[in-house]
Amino acid sequence: MGLWDSLLGRHKPVEANLDVLFAVPQAALTLQAGGGFTPLGTGAVCYRANEGAAFSVTQTDVQALLDADGGPAVERSTDSYGFTWLLDRQDPADLSGLVTELHAVNTSLQDNGFGSSLLCSLIGFTAPSGAPLGLVYLYKRGTFYPFAPAGNQQRDNVLELQVRGLIEGDLPVEPELGRWLGLWGAPGLG
Amino acid sequence: MAKTRFRSDGGLTARMGVVTFLLGAVYVGFGAVLVYYSGPVLGIVIVIALAWAQWYFSDKLALASMRAREVTPEQAPELHGVIDRLCALADMPKPRVHIADTDLPNAFATGRSPQHSSICVTTGILQRLSAEELEGVLSHELAHVANRDVAIMTVASALGLLAGFITRWGLYFGGGRRDSNGAPAMLVIWVVSIVVYAISFLLTRALSRYRELSADRSAAYLTGKPSALASALVKISGDMGRIPTKDLRQAEAMNAFFFAPAFSRDSLSALISTHPSTERRLQQLSSVAADLGRPMQ
Repeated sequence: MGLWDSLLGRHKPVEANLDVLFAVPQAALTLQAGGGFTPLGTGAVCYRANEGAAFSVTQTDVQALLDADGGPAVERSTDSYGFTWLLDRQDPADLSGLVTELHAVNTSLQDNGFGSSLLCSLIGFTAPSGAPLGLVYLYKRGTFYPFAPAGNQQRDNVLELQVRGLIEGDLPVEPELGRWLGLWGAPGLG
Repeated sequence: MAKTRFRSDGGLTARMGVVTFLLGAVYVGFGAVLVYYSGPVLGIVIVIALAWAQWYFSDKLALASMRAREVTPEQAPELHGVIDRLCALADMPKPRVHIADTDLPNAFATGRSPQHSSICVTTGILQRLSAEELEGVLSHELAHVANRDVAIMTVASALGLLAGFITRWGLYFGGGRRDSNGAPAMLVIWVVSIVVYAISFLLTRALSRYRELSADRSAAYLTGKPSALASALVKISGDMGRIPTKDLRQAEAMNAFFFAPAFSRDSLSALISTHPSTERRLQQLSSVAADLGRPMQ
């Protein structure tokens, strides 16, 4: 936030770059080849449900849009922090189809003026050991980071750093480790 | 309102009163001594330096006066989790998290910049608010951090501080000198200082109210739930009204950083209060709610 905005007490929404989502299939290939990580075919978008009719209408429209493909129905859930997750399941082989749908959810919310309510999108993977791994796209930063939950409020930092090394060439990785948000209990994490 | 169920923390308010008094005494006393011995210019420089130090160490001062302790994610996982998400949603660095053990239901943000900031909640507010309401309050405080309100309010009050200083000591200093034109010039400066002090006092308070409203607004848009914030506001100001005024007046020094002012006497003029009236804040929140409900053009 600039000095002028600070002086005026304005809150300026961040411009998102959603197109980097389409680089995920390439990164998935790298993860598969370099570390044996396999995609689960799950993707979830996390956002803050706003009050009011405009948001409910948008949300219903988005869900209808995703369900129009005839695949498994989209699952909507609310986590303990009051954030809403839309979980989409696709054929694990069709990662670009999944990414396109995640992109559609993000764009729909953004186009209806709710971009500021988008938190992140998560794509589910499994490590060779069977451990879950989420590749998380931070909407406000336009960057990715790996999230490997290991039990209650614990995370597998070794695995996360290994994944960071693998995907650095394909995706913009969030440089500030402090922003690698913990998302325990996120849907789509296996 | 004769009886209250509220257990007020007399020790805490006394500490805050003492800290405030000492702070003011240090400013005026130290500045006066320097002016007396080394002339007005150095005195003014020192006053500005003190204002700077107050800004630079604002977090330490405020947190120490509230006897707040820093909590790690392990000690307060829920609180940290909420703040983590709000910071990710607002795209801002995460402040340090503190908890003050007092029943006074309030929260404040402090620190010289968004990178060196702290957010503090009292155990009273944690007990009283629902998760959704607490989230509204936390995003209000995060908005203060993002808006650099501590820095801005310090700069704003520094002028009044300087003017107040000259008002108090300028004439004395001028009287000590017996040059041809020294005394009248000093008299002019003194009169001007009184006017500047009065004006800057009103302006600083007005600025503070304005920034509260803007923090409310940012918070409402960030969480998308203006009604939760409004409900928190009603809950806290209702609680505030039940606290005896005597103790609240001593907590006044911290008011500029509080979520809701601890000083809620009805007769208090709107002109000199640091926070807008609850009605004004609720009115703004309901207009945000109406905005959110409207479809995009």
